[in-house]
Amino acid sequence: MTADPPPSLIDYLGRNRRTEGHAPWPRLTLSPDTKAAFIQRLAAAPWTLLGEWADRDLVHAAFHDPGCGAAAVLSVATVDGRYDSLAPVRPGAIRLERMIAELSGPVAVGLPDPRPWLDHGVWPVSRPLGDAAPHLPGVLPAPYRFLPAEGESLHQIPVGPVHAGIIEPGHFRFTCFGETVVRLEDRLGYTHKGVEALMAGAGPERAAKLAGRISGDSTVACALAFSRAVEAATATEIPERAIWLRALMAELERIANHIGDIGAICNDVAFSLMHAWCGVLREHVARAAAACFGHRLMMDRVVPGGVAGDLDAEGITRVQSLVAGFRARFEQLAALYDETPSLQARMLGAGRIAPELVQAWGAGGFVGRAAGRAFDARRSPGYPPYDRLEFTVPVLSEGDVNARVTIRLLEIRQSLRLIGQILRELPPGPIRVPLEKCPNAREGMALVEGFRGDILAWLRLESGGTVGRCHLRDPSWFQWPLLTVAIEGAPVADFPLCNKSFNCSYSGHDL
Amino acid sequence: MLKLLLEGLLRPQTATPPAPDAEALDELGQRLQTATRTRFGRSLAIRSIDAGSCNGCELEIHALGNSLYDLERFGLRFVASPRHADVLLITGPVTANMREAVRRTVEATPEPRWVIAAGDCARDGGVFRGSYALTGAAEAVVPVDLHLPGCPPAPRALLAGLLALLESNREKKAL
Repeated sequence: MTADPPPSLIDYLGRNRRTEGHAPWPRLTLSPDTKAAFIQRLAAAPWTLLGEWADRDLVHAAFHDPGCGAAAVLSVATVDGRYDSLAPVRPGAIRLERMIAELSGPVAVGLPDPRPWLDHGVWPVSRPLGDAAPHLPGVLPAPYRFLPAEGESLHQIPVGPVHAGIIEPGHFRFTCFGETVVRLEDRLGYTHKGVEALMAGAGPERAAKLAGRISGDSTVACALAFSRAVEAATATEIPERAIWLRALMAELERIANHIGDIGAICNDVAFSLMHAWCGVLREHVARAAAACFGHRLMMDRVVPGGVAGDLDAEGITRVQSLVAGFRARFEQLAALYDETPSLQARMLGAGRIAPELVQAWGAGGFVGRAAGRAFDARRSPGYPPYDRLEFTVPVLSEGDVNARVTIRLLEIRQSLRLIGQILRELPPGPIRVPLEKCPNAREGMALVEGFRGDILAWLRLESGGTVGRCHLRDPSWFQWPLLTVAIEGAPVADFPLCNKSFNCSYSGHDL
Repeated sequence: MLKLLLEGLLRPQTATPPAPDAEALDELGQRLQTATRTRFGRSLAIRSIDAGSCNGCELEIHALGNSLYDLERFGLRFVASPRHADVLLITGPVTANMREAVRRTVEATPEPRWVIAAGDCARDGGVFRGSYALTGAAEAVVPVDLHLPGCPPAPRALLAGLLALLESNREKKAL
């Protein structure tokens, strides 16, 4: 007797009410009872949580069905400001639901960890995206209750938010037994800039600039996710050339970040030769980007409706010579990484994450692919022009620092291959079109693969075309919690290595 | 490995230094009129503080250390502790959540010290200006001696600004 194959997400939920004007995937409104049944079903279903956020009295959750590649948003209206928590079956929802409560107001019933998260008690308002109630003057913020660790001879090491380097701010609380980490807890939110509140009421152009500064290292990918969501909402078809130029910039951003981080990881185990050469390669990419696109990080180059600037024949030659030089040097460095025993001694087996955890949290990017989760948004759900380009998605199962570095080395090779194809086949034509006018409010979403992993963008446009609500979910949301597991039982001295091998974004997470 | 090592030694990648930024020099000159002034050595220790940036500024500050810019050849170096620092380099719009940490870091830096606000965000909040979550600018939390514009400021611009700091200091000593 064989069990029935699991139904697809849409087969299972398709009979629920669909919202008009939500693209490209459906948004379904669930009754609280249907949602409760869905949560039960989730326990045994492979559907991945892509994000969760609130808009007015609705709480939305986006899912991806790895079977058919489709995505969907499920919405439930809050009852007396409450809704059922997804956290018992999708742990990635824990921090998202903490954020929903403090930014928007709705409270998740059944959420195992209701502590505040981004709100440190020093803003002039509470629930800035909801009723924006003013903070009572004179009320001091309550101290944050860290999770306990009990036992004889334990001591704590508090680190941050200001770190001993050129790094983003965040707090790490280590509880140690001698040199061994018993528990690490991260406390984030220090870089919270209120981006989503600034986006509300902004036009698409201004909101795209904000999206491109959610996480500066992923500026192309974030602006791309936002722009694709706007274009989906307004049913705007952008020119072919713009699609290809966007992919070119996205792949340049990927190799720049990958090579820079590989060098920094090697530097954390005192192998500075790799660091020096990787830094040179990263700089070459930044200079080529400045010469070809007018900005070293390519900020504000991806805009709703296309791209801000064209690439002329000289620019194409410039990128071609960059790729040729990069490839030759990169192969030397990749060989050096493989052949150096002192590197292998530190990286093999360090910071291991079990594949089950990566699945449960839906961790994307190289963190997921180094531990058996073969997910890449360029493939599934996929977006152009990657459907017309040849590339492979490398996957390993070890889940340690070495696997994460190796995935990134392999991905650089694939990105160089992609850039070569894009330069050969770049179609001619215009690079930008005005957005289609929409008389009614519309909603759109997009999933884009940045260097760190999949970035979700969801937005609701008002009838005038301004942004009513926009939520961008950085891949770090589902990676930060795994870092605290990776370091458990390891020496404190391994933390910089593990941390760098994840390289989560503080700013992208804190919004 | 030997080949890569030798190549690094025999064919330096280092770029030529930029001229000190005239605009930054002017601003600095004015600031120095009122700031408490004591002599620094030729070597300047810099402590970077990310006060809520998008991490774009950090990428460019990191680039200052690569083999092409090689910050240390100018007698400029980044240090891990504010106790060792002459200069605090603040990036980001100084979020409300970072205000106390920035204040304490400045307090932990011995006098005489200089504070540089790097990037458009640190000047006035940049694209994030007007948000409930910000103090507004670095100036709102600590007195700032020098602003370096840009989103983010490119390594050459950062270097030019830092060199202006050194140049003005040298002139001051000659007086």
